[in-house]
Amino acid sequence: MSLFDWFANRRKSEPISQERHEREIADGLWSKCSECGVLTYTKDLGANLMVCPECGFHNRVFSDERIRQLIDTNTWRSLDDHLNPQDPLEFRDRKSYTDRIRDTQTKTGLLDAVATGVGALAGLPVALGVMDFRFMGGSMGSVVGEKLTRMIERGTGDRRPVIIVCASGGARMQEGMLSLMQMAKISGALERHREAGLLYMPILTHPTTGGVTASFAMLGDVIIAEPKATIGFAGRRVVEQTLREKLPDDFQTSEYLLSHGFVDVIVPRTQLKKTLAQLIQLHQPLRHAEHHTAAMQVPDAFPLPTVTAD
Amino acid sequence: MSKPERRPLLDFERPLTELELRIVQIRDLADENEVDVSDEIQKLEARAAQLRQDIFQNLTPAQQLQVARHPRRPSTLDYIQAMTDEWIELHGDRATGIDDKALVGGVARLGGRPVVMLGHQKGRDTKDNVARNFGMASPGGYRKAMRLMNHANRFGMPIITFTDTPGAYAGVEAERLGQGEAIAYNLREMFRLEVPILSTVIGEGGSGGALGIGVGDRLMMFEHSVYTVASPEACAAILWKDAAKSPQAAEALKITAADLKRLGILDEILPEPIGGAHSDPLATAATLKAAILKNLETLDQLTGPQLKQMRYDKFRKIGMFSEVSA
Repeated sequence: MSLFDWFANRRKSEPISQERHEREIADGLWSKCSECGVLTYTKDLGANLMVCPECGFHNRVFSDERIRQLIDTNTWRSLDDHLNPQDPLEFRDRKSYTDRIRDTQTKTGLLDAVATGVGALAGLPVALGVMDFRFMGGSMGSVVGEKLTRMIERGTGDRRPVIIVCASGGARMQEGMLSLMQMAKISGALERHREAGLLYMPILTHPTTGGVTASFAMLGDVIIAEPKATIGFAGRRVVEQTLREKLPDDFQTSEYLLSHGFVDVIVPRTQLKKTLAQLIQLHQPLRHAEHHTAAMQVPDAFPLPTVTAD
Repeated sequence: MSKPERRPLLDFERPLTELELRIVQIRDLADENEVDVSDEIQKLEARAAQLRQDIFQNLTPAQQLQVARHPRRPSTLDYIQAMTDEWIELHGDRATGIDDKALVGGVARLGGRPVVMLGHQKGRDTKDNVARNFGMASPGGYRKAMRLMNHANRFGMPIITFTDTPGAYAGVEAERLGQGEAIAYNLREMFRLEVPILSTVIGEGGSGGALGIGVGDRLMMFEHSVYTVASPEACAAILWKDAAKSPQAAEALKITAADLKRLGILDEILPEPIGGAHSDPLATAATLKAAILKNLETLDQLTGPQLKQMRYDKFRKIGMFSEVSA
């Protein structure tokens, strides 16, 4: 075959569809970065927490993987993993919600869109919730609301810091107003956790939008975002279509929210566990004895000022 | 002729408004010619009453949505004007630098007692609607609401909120100023307040923008009001990939007061006059006022911590799922 024929054949052959392309790479030894195109040995990508070593692109990470990344080995105890969604509205769009739940459960092996539990993060006890975008876009219905609420209540009871990794398109429409009310329910649980003087840190990952943004994602004592995540209340297309406004290029990104004061810090995934541990330790009040010892350690070269009567 | 011509604003109201117009015409004609047609008129009026009842007792969810969005449906300020003995509107969130006209609030005297009232405000006509941003509040509006609720908490005044919005404003400016954060903050802080909070959906309850002032001890809705997780138009566009399917979405989303009562979200349905709130705003306001005062009387018996506990428990139990033991 001449080189000319080879080109001709190549033109005739079907282009590899995006979906097939991604699947081949996911199954393969090598992973191609969707951002910079560089190939990375898949095991290396995993070891780098699914962050492209070349360009720093953060690939999506699902709940099981995320828990492994953040929680010390053999310390995770999942909570309420038997909660199963119902179809209280008997909702049907082009497909019934009951079928959609069953199909998604079969495909993902998940019961719903959040994993919750308690465990140790660098030796520190935490209560953790991780949303899973695979399950209907991480949408929040009754199960997500109930599991997060129970996890926060558990955190309050055990006096643990609460961490929620957000990844969600917002409230789940198929459960109607029951979904919307989960926003209030979770916020109420966070108010009690806060009242108990405990630390709550949401981690905003790509994407965090809608009802999740308008509730627990924005209620952190410290709000952390992964680089270049989409974070917003209304969808970008909604804003564009309804108002025909030209949007800034970085509109609704982590960096946009940071520069407008709605995110405290952007932390690359490779630094996340370390940063969380550091923040938790910085928020642990010194116990009285320790505090006392610390005060005693003022060096001699800096004598305490003495008050004189003149 | 000096009589104002009544034009139907909603399709399904057309037979009714046509009949009503005919009654007026016949009466005028009879007056001019000095003919007695009272029997005829009486019959026609009975028919109109029957027709009104037939139409408004069998509204589809999509039609309920139209009634809830009716341009003549009484608004927050209409109810406040009709119900209160005194009212002073208070402005601003003390932070944003703009007073949001889509969310109004202030101090009032209701049935002799001081209260704080606040709610979404739609416009009465196109010009007013532009100024009010069609009742779509901005972050500054939600922060003003929170400021007024804290004010109420400080002075021990009950908080009365009225919901009537298509949703929180979805513009560039709103995102820049933290629309999500503004709503989220209110959701959490409303659980902290130690005064009674009564929330009523008077028209349209649009998603997070409605909930942002809706965390109450009691949630009431007028008979033809709707409360939605997403507007049926948006839902149809996303799930059906066809915005024209919004009547189906309205049906599927279970947005009516009766549906929400069944789902355990709503505490009380307030009846509207036959023909909807806009057919008799003063009677509707009287219903609302009586319901508010009755509920306040009950909530007055509770201490601040008891109110907080009750509010927590109320929202805590919302949701439907099954627990299969592993």
